[in-house]
Amino acid sequence: MAMASAVAGAAGGKPKPALLLLSRVDAAFSAALRARFRVRDFYASAAPLPAFLAAAAAAAATAEDPQAPRAVLVAGGGAILVDEAFLDAAPSLRCVVTTSAGVDHVDLAECKSRGVAVAGAGTVYSADVADHAVGLLIDVLRRVTAADRYVRQGLWPVRGDYPLGSKLGGKRVGIIGLGSIGSLIAKRLEAFGCVVSYHSRSPKASAPYRYFPDVHDLAADSDVLVVACALSDATRRIVGRRALDALGTGGVVVNVARGGNVDERELVAALQEGRIAGAGLDVFEDEPHVPPELMAMDNVVLTGHEAAFTEDSIADLRELMIGNLEAFFTGKPLLTPVLHP
Amino acid sequence: MPPPAPADDAGDRPLVLLSQTPLPHFAAALEGRYRLVLAADADAATAAEARVLLVAGLNKVPAELLDRLPALELVTAVPVGVDHVDLAACRRRGIAVTNAGPAFAADSADYAVGLVVAVLRRVAAADAYVRRGRWATDGDYPLTTKVSGKRVGIVGLGRIGSMVARRLAAFGCAVSYNSRSPKPSAPYKFFPSVLDLAADSDVVVLSCALTEETRRIVNREVMEALGKDGVLVNVGRGGLVDEPELVRCLREGVIGGAGLDVYENEPDVPPELFAMDNVVLSDHRAVFTPESFRGVLDLVAGNIDAFFAGRPLISPVTL
Repeated sequence: MAMASAVAGAAGGKPKPALLLLSRVDAAFSAALRARFRVRDFYASAAPLPAFLAAAAAAAATAEDPQAPRAVLVAGGGAILVDEAFLDAAPSLRCVVTTSAGVDHVDLAECKSRGVAVAGAGTVYSADVADHAVGLLIDVLRRVTAADRYVRQGLWPVRGDYPLGSKLGGKRVGIIGLGSIGSLIAKRLEAFGCVVSYHSRSPKASAPYRYFPDVHDLAADSDVLVVACALSDATRRIVGRRALDALGTGGVVVNVARGGNVDERELVAALQEGRIAGAGLDVFEDEPHVPPELMAMDNVVLTGHEAAFTEDSIADLRELMIGNLEAFFTGKPLLTPVLHP
Repeated sequence: MPPPAPADDAGDRPLVLLSQTPLPHFAAALEGRYRLVLAADADAATAAEARVLLVAGLNKVPAELLDRLPALELVTAVPVGVDHVDLAACRRRGIAVTNAGPAFAADSADYAVGLVVAVLRRVAAADAYVRRGRWATDGDYPLTTKVSGKRVGIVGLGRIGSMVARRLAAFGCAVSYNSRSPKPSAPYKFFPSVLDLAADSDVVVLSCALTEETRRIVNREVMEALGKDGVLVNVGRGGLVDEPELVRCLREGVIGGAGLDVYENEPDVPPELFAMDNVVLSDHRAVFTPESFRGVLDLVAGNIDAFFAGRPLISPVTL
C-alpha cells in the first residue's frame, strides 16, 4: 500500500504532502483529502495516539514516506489535545488546522513557541449556530417542542390546549460573547422586538447594544441569557449559581457554546427548584451524556451538539479546511488563521 | 374598571350577546363592563334588543344566528380570522365586523418562524432523540439543513405575513410573497400566483385569511412545485391546505417537511403525521400568549366602547 502511494506520488510529479488526520470525516471529505495529501488517518489505525504519532514521525526516515507530516487536521471538542506532549511527538508539524471554531483544545502558547501556525473554522458555522440558538430560544419561550410532543401523544382532543408560552417581543436578552455568532444572534433577535444587551471581555465599539462588564449584572437585567462565547479559563462556568440567581424566576438560559460554560449541576438544580423557568441546551459538560433530570422536564429543549452542523456548513467547512491546508503547503497565507507562527 | 352592577340592575351596562362561552378570564374581564348573554340562551326580548354580538371563539356564526338578531349592528370577533362568520350576511345587512387586528400578529409571526426553524433544523425530532437516550447509543443526530439563506415565500403579506418577512429577512433568508395584489411598499418580490411562489421557494409560509378564493390554495400542484426539499408552514387556517393531499405528499416525499399550527378539523390531527420526523405540530397556539390575550381584550373592549359611544371602530374588517 505504501509502495503504491509512493509510486502514485512519483507518477504525478511532486509527491503529495503528508497530512495527519485526527478528525472523523465523511466520504466526500475523505476523498477530497486523499486526492491532495498523503493521509495518515488516526481513526483508521488501531494505534493509541502516542503510538500513532511516533509511527508517523518514524516513517519520515524511510523511503516510503519521503516527507514527515508538516500539517495536522484535528477535530475540536477535546478528544484530542494538541498540547506539549502532542507537539513533542510530532516534531515536524508546522501547521495545525482544526475543524472547530473553538481552539480550547490547542495549546496556542506552545504552538507559538515552536513556530506552529494554527487555523480554525473561522465563521463557517456562525450562521447555523445563530439560527439554532434563536430556534431554541423561541422553542423554550413558546413551548414549540413541548406542544409538538403533546399533540403527537394525541392529547389535544382529550385534554384541550397545551399551556401557553410567553411572548418574545420586549424580552430582554443578554448575550454572553458578542463574536461572530453572538452578533448574528443579536441581529436576528432584534427583528423579534427583543432588547439585546451583552457581556464580553471588552465592549465592541461598533455594537449598538448595551454592554455589561459583569455577567451578574447582565443576568440581573435579562429575561434570557444566551451563551455564545468561547470556552476559556475566564469563561468556564460563567453561568453559575450567581448568574442564575440574578437571572431569576421566569428566566431562561440558552447554551450553544460549550457545556463547560455553564455549571451544569447548578443549572439542573435551578430548573428542578423552579428558580429559573426553562433552558434550551445544545451542549453539555459530558457529551453525549445529558443529565437524566433534564430529560424529564417539559420546560427544556435538548439537542445533541448539532447547532453548527448542517449539510451546508459541513460542505463549507470541507472547502475551508482544504483551502487552509493547500495555502499552508504552497506557502500562502492561511485563510482563517488563529495564530501566525 | 367600574365594579360589576347588581344582578337585577343590568340597565347601566350595555348588552353584548356572546356567540359562545368565552374563556374564563375574558368573561371575568368583560362582565364588569357589559351585560353578557349567550346568544343561544337569549329570550325573544333580549334577542330583539341586541346591537352587539361578541364572537368569542371559532364556533360558526351563520346567517341563521344573525337573522335572529334584528337590531344587530356590530359583530366584534376575538380571533383574527373571521372566516367562520357569515360575512356576506353582515355585508347585506350593513353590520360592521371587527377582529383582533394587530393584537396577535407578532406572536403569530414569532411562532411561524419558530416552526420554520424547528422543521428545517429538526429541533423537535432531535430533542426526542436525546430524550430517548439515542445520542449516547446511536451517535449524532443526522445533519439538517441551513435556515439562513433559504428562499421563503409568504402567502398573505398582511400584518402577520409582513412580520414573518421581517424576522426571516434577519436570518438572511430571501423573502418573496403572494397576496391579492402587490404591496408597493414591500421590499420583497411579488408573485401573482401561489404556484409560481412555491416553485421559487424553499419554504412557504401561509399567513393569509381563509376565504372562498384561498380555500385549499395549497394543493398537490403547489406542493409538487415546492418540491422534495421544500417545507410548508401553516399558521393561517387548516382550510388553506388540502389536508389529505398534504399527508400523502409528506408520506411520498413530494415535499420535505411541514410545520402545522392549524388543521381542517381541529382538534383532530391526521395521525399519520405523528410518526413523521420532518413535521412539527402545534395545537393552534401560534397566536396565543398571555400578553396577547390582554392585548386582544383591550381591543375587543375598545371596539365595543367605541361603538356605543359613536366613535370609529378600532379594528374594522373590510367586508
